[in-house]
Amino acid sequence: MAAPANRRPGFSRRAQYGLFLGYVIAVAGMLVAVLLLVIAIIDPRGFAAIKGAALDATTPIAGAGRGAVRGIGGIGEWISDYIRAGSQNAALRAELEAQRRELIAARTAAAENERLRRLLDLARESENEVAIARLVSSSYDSPRRLATLSAGTASGVRVGQPVRAPEGLIGRVLETGRWASRILLVSDGASSVPVRALRNGVPALAAGRGDGMLELRTLEVGINPFRRGDVLVTSGVGGIFPPGIPVAVVTGFSGDTAIARPLADPARVDYAVVLSVYQPAAAGPLEAATGEVAAGPVNAPAPAQGSNATPR
Amino acid sequence: MNNRIASSEAEIALRDARRRFTPVVSILAITALGALLPIVTQMPLLPDFGLLALLAWRLLRPEIWTPWLPVPLGLASDLVTGHPLGQAMLAWTAIVLACDMIDARLGFRDYWMDWLIAAGAIAFEIVVAWYIALLMGADVRFSIMIPQLALSVLTYPLVTRLVLALDRWRLAR
Repeated sequence: MAAPANRRPGFSRRAQYGLFLGYVIAVAGMLVAVLLLVIAIIDPRGFAAIKGAALDATTPIAGAGRGAVRGIGGIGEWISDYIRAGSQNAALRAELEAQRRELIAARTAAAENERLRRLLDLARESENEVAIARLVSSSYDSPRRLATLSAGTASGVRVGQPVRAPEGLIGRVLETGRWASRILLVSDGASSVPVRALRNGVPALAAGRGDGMLELRTLEVGINPFRRGDVLVTSGVGGIFPPGIPVAVVTGFSGDTAIARPLADPARVDYAVVLSVYQPAAAGPLEAATGEVAAGPVNAPAPAQGSNATPR
Repeated sequence: MNNRIASSEAEIALRDARRRFTPVVSILAITALGALLPIVTQMPLLPDFGLLALLAWRLLRPEIWTPWLPVPLGLASDLVTGHPLGQAMLAWTAIVLACDMIDARLGFRDYWMDWLIAAGAIAFEIVVAWYIALLMGADVRFSIMIPQLALSVLTYPLVTRLVLALDRWRLAR
């Protein structure tokens, strides 16, 4: 196909200026876009009202189709389960035996724990559920891993609150609309969650890699304290995430860093629970927090590396 | 078959509106349709359908576009998909301006040329999105974007087919 040979619209000065003006407006638009991006980078919470309104408008439509898509997505798994039923049955039975023994040990430990806690008169800070909602969609064409949740400020959801599923941690609230909010998933590149390994209590930061996996950054250099299969739970350091929420399981290594897979797959979870910030002082400005945080249940080494950088 | 000759002023207005607004409305609709897909993915995988539609329209009908039209279209895309405001505004406008420059230098382009230009534009948008994410603190390797890049380039001909059908309907008499 031949391109239009000449964009010059004839001898009319007015038409020529009109065409030129179009280009001027386009370039000005690009400059405005750059300005908007700079604002977005410097202050991620700018334009919250506009983005929240857009979120409110689009979420119900995505939410309506979610049920159908979940049904279709499950078919492949259902078939493979059927084929592998025999070997899976044997493996599960062996696993159940092992789990049962561990469960008894865990129950004993929990009772012991409760008794010691009462002895120490240590108040257990409960996880306050703010809202229960569905994950309706996620970013699909950008390097960010953001999901949309069907609950917003009307249900008490606020920016910064942690979100979990029964299986484990999902992420944090990033933007809120009135009836919907956007979640920064733990696998996003800007997310980092302070965790510790259940087996040996080694603290680490679980940072997202953007492809659904997490990278474990430890304070130690050289030796890798993790093993394949290690379960990581939130440590409570930083005061945002309540301690003890399962986060990920170590699946492999890439060079010196351990790679972990999140336990809660946002594509599969039915419902997500929004929790209140573990220690509200930690989410506020620094001046308000000084003096209060020091008294909190910090049970791991200092939260180095700014463990809970503000999500963007 | 209905009458090919418009019988009333209202019908003329309707046909005129169809001829004028089909491109813009279809781009907005495809953007919204893509953004509202009720799926949750763990990786960037699916193409930015709005950009593909814009490219297909721009390469098919260069003469109907004013250079600034991608600015509002990009803003709408940013709002609907939840990208940082300005990302698609910047990338889409730059892409359309680059298309104008290519058209001014290139006397002639065929289907394969169009596909090549579209592939370049898609790669440009993905690099921009990745770099902006990097600036915003999402430190991810570029290699995770490659499946999306490949899939977008392969989806372009399908979107072109759709746009061609719309164009035929738009100009039908």
